[in-house]
Amino acid sequence: MAGTSTATAGPSTHPSGDKRFVMLEAAMRRQQYQQSALIEVLHAAQQLFGYLDLGLLHYVARRLKLPLSKVYGVATFYHLFRLKPPGRHTCVICTGTACYVKGADRLLEAAQQRYHIGAGETTPDGELSLVTARCLGACGIAPAIVLDDVVHGFVEPDNLLNLLEERLVRGSP
Amino acid sequence: MDLHELNDIAADQRAAQKPCVIRCCMAAGCQSAGSVAVLKALQQAVTEAGKQNTVEVRSVGCLRLCCQGPLVQTDPDQRMFQKVRPEQAPSLVSTLDGRTTDAEPCDPNAPFFALQANVVLVNSGRIDPEQIEHYIAADGYAALARALTEMTPQDVVEAVTRSGLRGRGGAGYPTGVKWSLVARSKGDRKYVVCNADEGDPGAFMNRSVLESDPHSVLEGMAIAGYAVGASQGYIYIRGEYPLATQRLQTAIRQAGRLRLLGTHILNTAFDFRIDIRIGAGAFVCGEETALMASIMGERGTPRPRPPYPAESGLWGCPTLINNVETFANIPQIIRRGPEWFASIGTPKSTGTKVFALTGKVRNTGLVEVPLGTPLRVLVEDIGGGSPSGKIKAVQTGGPSGGCVPAHLLDTPVDYESLAAVGSIMGSGGLIVMDEANNMVDVARFFMGFCMDESCGKCIPCRAGTVQLHRLLTRILDRKATRRDLAVLEQLCGMVKETSLCGLGQTAPNPVLSTLRHFRHEYEALLRDE
Repeated sequence: MAGTSTATAGPSTHPSGDKRFVMLEAAMRRQQYQQSALIEVLHAAQQLFGYLDLGLLHYVARRLKLPLSKVYGVATFYHLFRLKPPGRHTCVICTGTACYVKGADRLLEAAQQRYHIGAGETTPDGELSLVTARCLGACGIAPAIVLDDVVHGFVEPDNLLNLLEERLVRGSP
Repeated sequence: MDLHELNDIAADQRAAQKPCVIRCCMAAGCQSAGSVAVLKALQQAVTEAGKQNTVEVRSVGCLRLCCQGPLVQTDPDQRMFQKVRPEQAPSLVSTLDGRTTDAEPCDPNAPFFALQANVVLVNSGRIDPEQIEHYIAADGYAALARALTEMTPQDVVEAVTRSGLRGRGGAGYPTGVKWSLVARSKGDRKYVVCNADEGDPGAFMNRSVLESDPHSVLEGMAIAGYAVGASQGYIYIRGEYPLATQRLQTAIRQAGRLRLLGTHILNTAFDFRIDIRIGAGAFVCGEETALMASIMGERGTPRPRPPYPAESGLWGCPTLINNVETFANIPQIIRRGPEWFASIGTPKSTGTKVFALTGKVRNTGLVEVPLGTPLRVLVEDIGGGSPSGKIKAVQTGGPSGGCVPAHLLDTPVDYESLAAVGSIMGSGGLIVMDEANNMVDVARFFMGFCMDESCGKCIPCRAGTVQLHRLLTRILDRKATRRDLAVLEQLCGMVKETSLCGLGQTAPNPVLSTLRHFRHEYEALLRDE
């Protein structure tokens, strides 16, 4: 997991020895440690670690010489940054206008009922995260969902539950 | 790279063109319908038929009829096929020899295609967006060459002004006026920003343009940079558009390699760099001051204007901000002339507009029409009407727009006419609704969206949208009285008048427009006092 605020190691190493910090460091170097590249750096950090925990935010703040309050402020402002670990599988249900008028609410309801979690939550066993998005831009095939980065169009509640079931049973991708 | 070399690339590309081309749509819509497998199967089928010297299988951008994807079109006979499956590839290839196929045909002369215009989308579905040579062979970068070698920056601004082009992001501000403001602003550094933060739910025009023809946007930005005196451009793109981002990155790399971006472009003194900034999911970042804050790594909160970005934008420097589609129009205005552009559309709304046609309509997809086309042509002729038979309303402009009721479908689509019926042009989302859609519910949907997306900086928007959402829920729960309806209307006016930025100022629009045209639906849900 990400480091603590007391780390005092050299410029491109992290006391945990976690290789991902080397890659994060490279990403920051590409941006020349510019403070204005904070959002790019957070994107890179999330891609490497899956989510942004407090230790990771501390690390980014220190390396870009920004106050933690600023980094935390930016990380919490934008929807795409996660501060909690995501489930093994993620199902994004689009609730944009086109999907909405074509019954996205029924999809959400079906998934919520089956897995007893709300939008933005993860099942207790860490298997599935249910997320809503305000338009994926796939309106031509509404209602649309994204299951583990694969877009599915013209989805009906039954066929959503089948897709989810299949994905969860088959294990991690 | 100079003009001759550019012409050589175009000539080589045209000469190398194989007699037959099978174009397979690889935009996001068709990809999610399985077009990647179709493309592979087509390539394999061509090889197996031994036709690799005469037939090119090309990965292209949007072929427009998204609901019938994966779409495939063949040249030169212009046949089109829909819902193509990989196993149909061999028979589809054999149609080039005049044989039959079981692939489902799609009529390219049907109203959906025949009534459309081809300005912004001229290359969409024709060229491979990941091959700069294809773009150059389609006269790409010729406009930049002409601007840099034959025109002064003032000439370029003048041409854009004469074309009558207005901002395609929604507000319709005259592009030429904006450019001349930035050109006249004093400053050592200036910036050009492309707003690709297409946040309106139900809109995918910009995504399609970027996925299908990314170089047209880069060329438009470079011309803008020359006209206003900027040497750095940024494209601020939604984090939700990975494919568009990847194609833009490829395009920027290719253009840089040919020195069509970077330093000494086309052997002139003009330098222009473009960097991508990826958004992180905040609708408010479509507002220009919030967008600039986000580019600078801050929370995307808007600030009061003036000063306008033209005077003080990124890092306090004069900044030109235009939408993707606005930039995509520029190369053709320069190449084909402002008079040509101004001859399309209406006198006050020139050119074409790309729409994302979705909702309860038979043909959903990407549509480009001359401005001034009646809404009815868009939804009934091009869209094929509603599958349920009766269109109730068409929503334009997303959460900032309004609903146009069925009896006003003859309204021409231009900036002024849509405003007159209580909606806006917006960025181009057109969502068709039928009798099954309750308009109060639709209004609450948009209010919920604005409530979630309010950045929280100013109170009218932060608190007002919550209260409006509560009132709408109360009405839908049949718990509201006539008094609540009066409060709703009053609060709409207040939020509209007193919010800091466009998000709050337009958030009440869906409520106001449904109240205007569908008041009876609200009243039917009220309980007696």
